[in-house]
Amino acid sequence: MSPMNVDWVHPGFVLILGAWLVPFVTGATKRWFLVGLPAAALVDCMLMTPGTYGVMGFLGQEVVFGRVDPLSLVFCYVFALMALVGMIYALHVEDDAQHMAALTYAGSALGATLAGDFLSLFLFWELMAVSAALIIWLRRKPEAVAAGFRYLLVHVFGGLCLLGGIVLHWSQTGSLAFSDMSPHAGSAAFTLILIAFLLNAAVPPLGAWLPDAYPEATVTGAVFLTAFTTKSAVYTLIRGFAGTEVLMWWGAGMAVYGVVYAVLENDARRLLAYHIVSQVGYMVCGVGIGTALALNGTSAHAFAHILYKAVLFMGAGAVLQMTGLRKLSDMGGLYKTMPITLGLYMVGAFAISAVPLFSGFVSKSMVVSAAGESHHAGIFLLLTLASAGTFLHTGLKLPWYMFFGEDRGLKAPKGKEPPKNMLVAMGIAAAACVLIGVFPSLLYRHLPFAADYIPYTPRHVVATLGLLGFTALGFFLLLKQLDPEPTVSLDTDWFYRRGLTATLPLVEGALARVDGVVAQASDWVVQQALAMGEWLRDLDARVVDRSTVGLGKLTLAFGQGLRLVADGNAQHYGLIMAAGALAALAIVIFG
Amino acid sequence: MRIKRWSYITLTVIALAEILVPRLFHADHAHFWFEDLPAWGSGYGLLSCIAIIKVSKLLGKLGLMRPENYYEPYER
Repeated sequence: MSPMNVDWVHPGFVLILGAWLVPFVTGATKRWFLVGLPAAALVDCMLMTPGTYGVMGFLGQEVVFGRVDPLSLVFCYVFALMALVGMIYALHVEDDAQHMAALTYAGSALGATLAGDFLSLFLFWELMAVSAALIIWLRRKPEAVAAGFRYLLVHVFGGLCLLGGIVLHWSQTGSLAFSDMSPHAGSAAFTLILIAFLLNAAVPPLGAWLPDAYPEATVTGAVFLTAFTTKSAVYTLIRGFAGTEVLMWWGAGMAVYGVVYAVLENDARRLLAYHIVSQVGYMVCGVGIGTALALNGTSAHAFAHILYKAVLFMGAGAVLQMTGLRKLSDMGGLYKTMPITLGLYMVGAFAISAVPLFSGFVSKSMVVSAAGESHHAGIFLLLTLASAGTFLHTGLKLPWYMFFGEDRGLKAPKGKEPPKNMLVAMGIAAAACVLIGVFPSLLYRHLPFAADYIPYTPRHVVATLGLLGFTALGFFLLLKQLDPEPTVSLDTDWFYRRGLTATLPLVEGALARVDGVVAQASDWVVQQALAMGEWLRDLDARVVDRSTVGLGKLTLAFGQGLRLVADGNAQHYGLIMAAGALAALAIVIFG
Repeated sequence: MRIKRWSYITLTVIALAEILVPRLFHADHAHFWFEDLPAWGSGYGLLSCIAIIKVSKLLGKLGLMRPENYYEPYER
């Protein structure tokens, strides 16, 4: 069987292969094609039924391209939906390369989700890293190119960890099947694969690539980036490392870490990027708790998170696109010129802050309750604290400085609503946030594990309102201290952005020697190549040229002879043809 | 300042609701003893908010925050 057959079509391949058709579609059909492709992938995902599809033999191993079960399905639904929303948001962009990179990126995330074995997982894992780097590079600014290289550097390291872990795992167990890794806990393979997954989930200290790279992408590219890499890593963590206790504390720490950095951040999209780290912290924590409720909570939160984070990034991106501003310290007073953007952004902000009737309330609280049910008071308190921090930044600080606050005279024409397609995309994602919040069963019925949960209890609702209301009070009391400052924050990317540069002089001598040897060797190769080139040129001059010249002279002579006959006058040809026709007629009649 | 007055009234109502509602409805139980403290969510929210701002700003001042062009000489 191949990854494509009649009873099962791989939705990832639909996007990845379809991407190559983008340059060939032109005119009015192009927009339909760009929307139709992810829509087809979404319908494809919704038609999938649990089972194993696309099984191929490779090196005596089974490669499974389609492991369809409730866990992979719920991630596939949201990935395909997000690809559609992101594509609508990017419709006005007239750059085929960006569309192709985005479709490939989304497709490879679907591929990684459906991978039933480590080989196909690795394949899509790497494709995801390369296409994401492309999305960053395609902003085509020096700082974006640099950030893209840093992104690739980190993810190549992660990919190598994954490959090393896979090879070790294969040699130890003889199997490439990707399933629960807990029987192998403590082995080198277990650790390497876990490191690779944690790196993609942006878990500190391996996560500085995320706030470094995402804000450097284009307005539309960043929206795609927020969805796929971290959440496909969360999926693989659920699949392979559920119940790994260290993840519980690490995840809770991560939730608080993102919030702390968000306080210091001045770049709007970088602030939101730190909140991806914080929110993925809840998911990593849920994986560590490992109960059915916690894993359902992780899946539900990933689903809800992708949609509300998209709304937030789309909102901040719309402001960036319309005003050219990315720093909070430069913004203010935009509520007058961009009220629709503000309204849609606030839906996303309420969703991430877990306000009742919005999606975060019904997803995040599952993880927090799971911490409560398994009697981890410390985790419960850390996650609740991070909730307050989330509302503080995305719900209060960012909209305050961006849309309200001091009016810095950013009036029209600079500040006005973005193109319609961007508003439509934000509207779809925002509607989903409200729909899930009001009708949680829409999401709950797709959750992979058997666990009942009722989000709307009187105690839960009033405690949440209290938490949020008094966080707002604290915000306004300390507003003066929160004024954004034009700074960057030190994170672990320091080690490869500055630390490495500082250590280079120390190893310069050794590197110079290696460089010398390499240079000599390459010099020799170049000299040989040059000599070869010389000889070929000589051959060309002596043999090829002479024969060409001879052939040319012959052609010239023939042409001159022919010119006497063919002088190019149409009436002469007509006359000759007519004479010929008459002659033929004469032969037929009198012959 | 009508907005200010209404905000304080709303906050008072929320805190009162938080004290009363768990005593009126027994639909769900608390996981931990501290959740049964009066107006637990409100108090913890205010404390969390202040703690996050103060501690983060302190960490920033202690060295996390650097000038915007911090990485520039290294990335030409």
